[in-house]
Amino acid sequence: MSTTETPASGVGPVEGAPVYSADNPAPLIEAPRKRTKKSPKSTRGNFELAAWLFMRLSGIVLVVLVIGHLLIQLVLDGGVSKIGFAFVAGRWASPFWQVWDLLMLWLAMLHGANGLRTVINDYAERANTRLWLKGLLYTATVFTILLGTLVIFTFDPNIR
Amino acid sequence: MATPVLDKADEAGRPEPGFADSPYITVTFRIRRFNPEVSAEAVWEDFQLEIDPKERVLDGLHKIKWDVDGTLTFRRSCAHGICGSDAMRINGKNRLACKTLIKDINPEKPITVEPIKGLTVLKDLVVDMEPFFQAYRDVMPFLVTNDTNEPTRERLQSAEDRERFDDTTKCILCAACTSSCPVFWNDGQYFGPAAIVNAHRFIFDSRDEAGEQRLEILNDRDGVWRCRTTFNCTDACPRGIEVTKAIQEVKRALITRRF
Repeated sequence: MSTTETPASGVGPVEGAPVYSADNPAPLIEAPRKRTKKSPKSTRGNFELAAWLFMRLSGIVLVVLVIGHLLIQLVLDGGVSKIGFAFVAGRWASPFWQVWDLLMLWLAMLHGANGLRTVINDYAERANTRLWLKGLLYTATVFTILLGTLVIFTFDPNIR
Repeated sequence: MATPVLDKADEAGRPEPGFADSPYITVTFRIRRFNPEVSAEAVWEDFQLEIDPKERVLDGLHKIKWDVDGTLTFRRSCAHGICGSDAMRINGKNRLACKTLIKDINPEKPITVEPIKGLTVLKDLVVDMEPFFQAYRDVMPFLVTNDTNEPTRERLQSAEDRERFDDTTKCILCAACTSSCPVFWNDGQYFGPAAIVNAHRFIFDSRDEAGEQRLEILNDRDGVWRCRTTFNCTDACPRGIEVTKAIQEVKRALITRRF
């Protein structure tokens, strides 16, 4: 192979004649992290601050709600064997348990969704992947929250 | 300057003959080599060295570059842990090559030396630091005051006020923290620990008056809120700065400012 021949990759023999010159410069390789027009614009909102704070506060409230829920459902007063239509109907007759379950549903769903959002932001590298994963996540979250809320408020103990 | 002579290379790095209790041991340096003019792939290359275990990794790299393979490329300036040029990934951990003794990193096994992660490798152990310095510049790392006139004497500060940000003044901008951060590895848009540390240094300086502006900059989507407190940065810092703590203090300042 002659030293002047340029391989298809554009990489020439190091010891031989240089492939590139002042008139024929090497192709510019854009640093992947350079701030260009394509790189995301800075967002000077308080959304991330609010999301960060929400995670901490909802986490504290959820500890109480979820442990209380698990105790009532699985441990106290006969454990799982007591759970049935009548048990649920009896609890949801009281506004206290309605609010408890509603709060638990909303906080757990938003807490989990926000956690997954940060996981997607941290691990999905391409903008398109992020878009689709987050779209799926938000759809599932909204669906579950709306469905759960609907059930809690429209529950009819006399349904048969 | 002496002209390099080939046969000198054979003698270099050897223990003096006739000394049985020579301190020198044989160490393998496994270095991540990358030369874009030769191959698009980076490869590991092993070098066997006779070296005193009380010497530093940088001394080993010097021996290789000066006596074995002159094409080995790495950055170093002061070689005494102040300039912050020779941060590299040694045995999988970000350290300064000039502050890491051979005896402290188990010379029985090959010592792996790689460029720091998350930045584009230019050649061998040299990376493009531009994104790192861009994030540094973005937080305005300089004193800002609203005085219309130059003061006629120095700006005084109490010892307590100076103590408030003492830890973050130690930064040497070596990028060991930022390039150890998994969030930075992903897309590199995160400001990174080093930029936040240097913002912290001025945010908590009683003489500075642009703390509000810097907090606003770090309130960005890619600002302090992307920190996951993995403590990689605190582990990596060759100056012993409590980096994660500094980031948390900026977060706290942002929250107490709002509420």
